[in-house]
Amino acid sequence: MRIGVFICHCGTNIAGTVDVEAVAREALRYPGVVYATTYMYTCSEPGQEEIQRAISDHKLQGVVVAACSPRMHEPTFRRTVGKAGLNPFLFEMANIREHVSWIGSDREANTRKAQELVHMAVAKLNFNQPLFSTKVPINKRVLVIGAGVAGIQAALDCAEGGLDVVLVERQPTIGGKMAKLDKTFPTVDCSSCILGPKMVDTAQKENITLYAASEVESVSGYVGNFTVQIRKKATYVDWKLCTGCGLCTEKCPAKNVPDAFNEKLGKTRAINIPFPQAIPKKATINREYCRHFIKGKCGVCKKICPVDAINYEMEDEIVTEEVGAIVAATGFDLFDHSVYGEYGGGRYPDVISGLQYERILSASGPFGGHIRRPSDDREPKNVVFIACVGSRDKSVDRPYCSGVCCMVIAKQAILTRDHLPESNSYVFYMDIRSPAKNYDEFVRRAQEEYGVQYIRGRVGKIYPRGDQMVVQGADTLLGVQVEIEADLVVLASGLEASEGAKQLAEKLRISYDQYGFYMESHPKLRPVETNTAGVYLAGVCQGPKDIPAAVGQGSAAASKVQALFARGTIETNPQVALVNERVCISCGKCIDVCPFTAIQWKELRGGIRKAEVLATVCQGCGLCNATCPPKAVQLQHATDDQILAEVNALL
Amino acid sequence: MSIANSGSGTVSNQGIKIVGFLCNWCSYGGADTAGVCRFKQPADLRIIRIPCTGRMDPLFAAKALIYGADGVLVSGCHPRDCHYAVGNLYARRRLEVLQHFLPFMGIEPRRFRYTWVSASEGQLWQQVVTEFSDQVQKLGPNPGVGNLLTEEGHR
Repeated sequence: MRIGVFICHCGTNIAGTVDVEAVAREALRYPGVVYATTYMYTCSEPGQEEIQRAISDHKLQGVVVAACSPRMHEPTFRRTVGKAGLNPFLFEMANIREHVSWIGSDREANTRKAQELVHMAVAKLNFNQPLFSTKVPINKRVLVIGAGVAGIQAALDCAEGGLDVVLVERQPTIGGKMAKLDKTFPTVDCSSCILGPKMVDTAQKENITLYAASEVESVSGYVGNFTVQIRKKATYVDWKLCTGCGLCTEKCPAKNVPDAFNEKLGKTRAINIPFPQAIPKKATINREYCRHFIKGKCGVCKKICPVDAINYEMEDEIVTEEVGAIVAATGFDLFDHSVYGEYGGGRYPDVISGLQYERILSASGPFGGHIRRPSDDREPKNVVFIACVGSRDKSVDRPYCSGVCCMVIAKQAILTRDHLPESNSYVFYMDIRSPAKNYDEFVRRAQEEYGVQYIRGRVGKIYPRGDQMVVQGADTLLGVQVEIEADLVVLASGLEASEGAKQLAEKLRISYDQYGFYMESHPKLRPVETNTAGVYLAGVCQGPKDIPAAVGQGSAAASKVQALFARGTIETNPQVALVNERVCISCGKCIDVCPFTAIQWKELRGGIRKAEVLATVCQGCGLCNATCPPKAVQLQHATDDQILAEVNALL
Repeated sequence: MSIANSGSGTVSNQGIKIVGFLCNWCSYGGADTAGVCRFKQPADLRIIRIPCTGRMDPLFAAKALIYGADGVLVSGCHPRDCHYAVGNLYARRRLEVLQHFLPFMGIEPRRFRYTWVSASEGQLWQQVVTEFSDQVQKLGPNPGVGNLLTEEGHR
């Protein structure tokens, strides 16, 4: 094979700590190499043209590029050599940036390492074979997991484009966390007034199939053809019949049920509709509190229901949906502030979370939109807000910034003054983070127009004195201790990955970071894709963000789905396993281990059976290759010969 | 093909040589993340990208050690996080067996390690590489058992 080697300077990223010229010179000694050169930015257009020119000038049959990670630019260069007439798989990359120049400063050692990595790539390339992909049809339906504002936006955009959408929501209603908010920053729009119409649209779109009170049970298949099992949880109310009249809630005798929608500030009944604008507006029985389930007798709702929708015998149901792409929009949970002993560890009723305060402010909330203390229903005079509760704090393993709390505090402080003009608002903060459009102006308005007092410092302790809460903290700008007698303390609780996020990631075969936020394919350039083809991300499940960013990401994910579907077919990855029938001993071990049931028996003449790989089902993990006793199954592009050639080149 | 007689033998007698087998989805990404974050690491490791640790034939590691690698490091997705669902679980069983077999082959078992590092754990990767490299440095160059086996092909 006539091989050309291209060593990238990457500006000074590589050339700064690697002698690229020496790497190129050395490359000429490796078997098959007829041409080696360096280039400032190989991935640039002139850089790629340089490769194409060299392919024709030197009649190259294979190309090695030593540059950044193949996870970054392998697809780019495969296209480059493809356009020059080479098979895209007669190409190899040596990662001399992420794995060499960026992690060591010893120029000599780096150069030697880069030379060896290039040698390994050349050695492998000598065993490469041209591979060809086939086209398979796409199932143009999309699954959206999570119906908060990000998921709703993704679902609506997809449906708008004519796609069939399957929308799965764990709660009995869509709307997510945004439905619980009173107002949104920095416009102080009413949250339910801007989200409500979108929720109604979602319900009315004939091409959106909504599964509320449901969860994804399992996912199999691959991009273009996923099979998803959805668990519809038993609500004990036949939603096909339920009209949402609310009579059952009214008559239910179990009255002391903590209202989850109101963040447990109010009470609801054992059978309830989460909130008046819920979609779908259907009742659900809470088994934990229902007298029928606890005591075995009651049945009031069943008697009263005008359409006979109550069914105590209902069981979870599994439904199967076939889709071509998946958008994960599973949102977040609020950091549980009870781990902070110095803030009372959740014992004080008048030390509440930011989301609880939203419910207090909301006209549809437990206090009808009047600011009252949860403990004694009294109007507060002094309200203290504490920022960074469960954010930027290593001691509780939450070193990241939740991004939204500074703005939430500013909004809540402004609303507090709007509701109670005589009240005083104090904010303890570490830094004010308000980088988006009109955000900083908004914080300034809180300070200047609304007279909210911002105190830069942490709060050390909160303790009760009489019917008030004493907040002790430091003002680090003035260098003094501060003590405020507060009537109400609002903690700006941080965001964390929602419960079950990791388990779902495992089902979707996507990665997550140490905090459970899903990993995008590239932090800057592929922010909504995952490394699993056909699975996209939207909203806070990928990392803390505010509503505009979540909506933007929802639309972005939808446009990625539409772009994927627009082609009608997808090219399969030809890096799949292949059986050499003459070597196969018909032991069937490959069939046993394949996680995708991509290998089956093939009958030959005389009743002999040999293993056969279904190329469109095979995902290319190579488990069969490692398992096969005579090595009859070989994973294309990562054959034993290719891997051992790399080892060999090194030793 | 034969593993021996690599011919070119470009670099020798220059520090130790560790062969890394990293799965494409987690650990290779983790090593990339470490690079992007500029987490400094010893320059002894040479990484081979494999699709999944399930692709890892224990013989790859054994052969590398037999023919003179000073250490072999295998790293994949954390158990339950495998991109291919179960590949790393097979790898775990096979590599655990290999670990126990190495002494019978006359190979110091501390020259081999397998570990799990996700694509986001750049810092953990730095730690793994530094620790393992230190460990192999302490053991020194692999005295090798290879010359007796040079004529044997890998099948």
